[in-house]
Amino acid sequence: MDVLIILITLLIGAAATYFAGDKLASKVATFFSLAAFGLTLYISYLQSNGVEVGFTRPWIRVPNIQLSFLADGLSLTMVLLTTALAPIIILSTFKKVQNKAKSFYGLIMLMVFAMAGTFLSGDGLLYYIFWELSLIPIYFIALIWGGGEAEARKKDVVKFFIYTFAGSLFMLVAFVYLYQKTGSFLNYHFLRLHLNGTEQFWIFFAFFIAYAIKIPIIPFHTWQANVYQKAPTAGTMLLSGIMLKMAIYSIIRWQLPIAPAPAKEYMYPLIALCIAGVIYGSILALKQQDLKKLLAYSSLAHVGLIAAGVYTLTIDGLRGAVLQMVAHGFVVVGLFYAAEIIQRRYNTTEISEMGGIRVQTPRFTSMFMILVLASVALPSTFNFVGEFEVLYSLAQTNIWFAVLGGTTIILGAFYMLRMFQQVMLGEQNTKVFADVTFGEGFVFVLIIGVLLFFGLYPKPIVNFVSPVLENIILHINTSN
Amino acid sequence: MTTLIAIAGLGIICLIAEIFNLRKAIVPVSIIGLLAILGLNITELNLVGSTYYNNMIVENNYSRIFSALFIVLTTFLVALSPEFHKNHKTKISDFVAIKLFLLAGAVAMVSFGNLAMFFLGIEILSISLYILAASEPKNVSSNEAGMKYFLMGSFASGVILFGIALIYGATGSFDVETIYNTVSGGNIPGWFFIGIVLLTIGLLFKIAAVPFHFWAPDVYEGSPALTTATMSTLAKVAAMAAFFKLMKGLNHEVPGTYVTIIIIVSALSMFVGNLMALKQSNVKRMLAFSGISHAGFMLMVFLSPPTTTGVLFYYAAAYGLAGIAAFAVVLSVCGNKGNEEIYNFNGLGKTHPLMAAVLTCSLLSMAGIPIFSGFFAKFFLFGEVLRAGQVAIVIIAVVNSIISVGYYFKLILAMYTKDSTEEKQAVPFAYSVVAVVAILLNIALGLYPDLVLGYL
Repeated sequence: MDVLIILITLLIGAAATYFAGDKLASKVATFFSLAAFGLTLYISYLQSNGVEVGFTRPWIRVPNIQLSFLADGLSLTMVLLTTALAPIIILSTFKKVQNKAKSFYGLIMLMVFAMAGTFLSGDGLLYYIFWELSLIPIYFIALIWGGGEAEARKKDVVKFFIYTFAGSLFMLVAFVYLYQKTGSFLNYHFLRLHLNGTEQFWIFFAFFIAYAIKIPIIPFHTWQANVYQKAPTAGTMLLSGIMLKMAIYSIIRWQLPIAPAPAKEYMYPLIALCIAGVIYGSILALKQQDLKKLLAYSSLAHVGLIAAGVYTLTIDGLRGAVLQMVAHGFVVVGLFYAAEIIQRRYNTTEISEMGGIRVQTPRFTSMFMILVLASVALPSTFNFVGEFEVLYSLAQTNIWFAVLGGTTIILGAFYMLRMFQQVMLGEQNTKVFADVTFGEGFVFVLIIGVLLFFGLYPKPIVNFVSPVLENIILHINTSN
Repeated sequence: MTTLIAIAGLGIICLIAEIFNLRKAIVPVSIIGLLAILGLNITELNLVGSTYYNNMIVENNYSRIFSALFIVLTTFLVALSPEFHKNHKTKISDFVAIKLFLLAGAVAMVSFGNLAMFFLGIEILSISLYILAASEPKNVSSNEAGMKYFLMGSFASGVILFGIALIYGATGSFDVETIYNTVSGGNIPGWFFIGIVLLTIGLLFKIAAVPFHFWAPDVYEGSPALTTATMSTLAKVAAMAAFFKLMKGLNHEVPGTYVTIIIIVSALSMFVGNLMALKQSNVKRMLAFSGISHAGFMLMVFLSPPTTTGVLFYYAAAYGLAGIAAFAVVLSVCGNKGNEEIYNFNGLGKTHPLMAAVLTCSLLSMAGIPIFSGFFAKFFLFGEVLRAGQVAIVIIAVVNSIISVGYYFKLILAMYTKDSTEEKQAVPFAYSVVAVVAILLNIALGLYPDLVLGYL
């Protein structure tokens, strides 16, 4: 058994969901995403016991493109995150009546397929194809099922598409250049290349544009907040929970090992750019009056910190980044789900129109509170583990980076708690707010369970990813 | 050779069928005949090349595989005909026969061994197109399009003929191989190169590359939609294939100045085509400008002729199939509306999800989004051109790919975000079959590029 089966399950799931019809679509999608999650767990178990689960077959002779899927701790962790969040995201949409449900769930499954493929690809072109493929479903999801005024939404979504498409074309050019050098697109062939400084600079730069737009790192972030706000919540979850992790994963897997020299040379400016995003995102989050936009900017801040951790090129930075990616994926999905629940009941995302919900909904309040605390990295949550390691790696590089990066926790606590206060506390709201249903509560419990479990016991993930990351660091340090 | 004779014969059978009042049989017989010829053509692939009639016709894998592509495209166009001309049932034999003769011209254009044959091929193709462009005699814009196309086209033909005459004067032969040998022997008079330049200008006219593109938008818009489909897929691809074969056959190496000219023309075509397409509100006009930009992309093959033969074929196939699929949808949507403005596509995603999906796929293919063959076409092309060391033009092409997303998505947005104002109408069966089969072939090419790349 190899990793191909995960992708096949997801692809068949996408088709089956579409053909199951509007009524059954959500159930079929849940079934297949759970099946994919189960298979991923099993494959990860096999892999950790030393079974070879990779898959390589020739695909196109000229140019030489391989159907190569590599499965190591890093890529499997990311696939685990993807397939674990997929059923949660699908479950979170259950209560809401969807028009054209079969297309909606079919596109979600297609997107999950493409993202899992991105994490697993070991061939540069295959990776690029999956990377681009993931863009098409999210474009339609945001466009058709999004909220807000239609014209404005259209503009934002198209802007998002063109931004990311433009960025990735530069990456494609880099891949083509690398192919000219090696005659192959395979990742490990790229790593054996000895590129000179100029070549490495341009390749690093081409990759950087693609990833900086996707993550996003300022000044490439302008598409983000509007799309997050206007996309349907499931789309925002896919974007913020998984899709932007593709970019950070890609930095670790492709950019740094292929072009390590510029990463070392420009380490300080790169980290500074990421940290600037942290502060910028936090300050803007402070000023937001819209709940989803606030969460979008807070996501910008957190992800900036993850990217900063990666660019420190230390084992702590990389490991912290991976842990934080997983943690952030869960917490951001949970927070957007909470926003969605409020939006369903009050039909607004304006913070000023909320308040006084706590009295009516003790259960929802406590779950929301735990998520808020997790997102500000309270010890004993998973986010603390990741954020701590990232800050530690920043401190190793330069103490001031850690100090500035640490503001994300302080500012984060400030705007998140203030948001919580304005939304949940205060005088009892006159509008009725029904407490969470069983289904909604179940989603929260799942997320909180994961966050607390790995917060107290992160060892399984740490053991799973560390060997891969150590190899990558070794490769970066030994290459000249 | 058999392919060419069989196609011409099939065209004559069409005309005879009309005499014997077998009008209903014309389209099925033509389609079956075309598929049979396609089969015949494919079995001959990989056979040793052969020549006929004192080297007038040279058959090799290049001519065979391009003929196969032309036959496939023509089959689609013929299949679209009966529905499109349903108000002129009596004329169906003419329309089908002209398309078959057009195909014969296209096949002659890729299997010539002699400049006379090349010119005959290009004239057969062009004259068929002049007739098709003006095939709605009561429609003023169709008349205008036919007249414009005829004037411009015959002017271009004249330029080509003058070029051929100069080349004959310089080398003493029409035979491509003899010319090649004379040229590589050195010591050729200067007007040989003038002849090459005139040939180039004439062919740039035919493929509608900037600055010889100005006829294309008007002619495309004025002609009946099916003729526009023929011009922008089959005719463009055939002219490009002939152009490539001719230049590869006449010059043993590409001189530096010629490369500069090609780079400038290609970059201009891409920029003008894409920037103008952004502003269009008529779908036919938009596709015309998009075709101009694709001509610019295809011209890049001249930057590395020894290695780009397969790439040119792949690009032509991807572009042609996506174009056919897109036009099949355009025909089905705008068939009885009298115009092709973008608002006709509003709400297509709701009323006809299948048609909307096909059009989306074909536009994504033209924009170069992965898994569709359009992506691989651009990708292979950029790879070869980069290998030839031309970085600047690749960057221009990448920038243009980004620009093109803008107008392709305008149509996609109209289909999925706006609401339809009109009642739902049934899509004719023939249109949906052609659209779906063409886009499936396009995707199949994207998944298995080796399918066709192995022959060249």
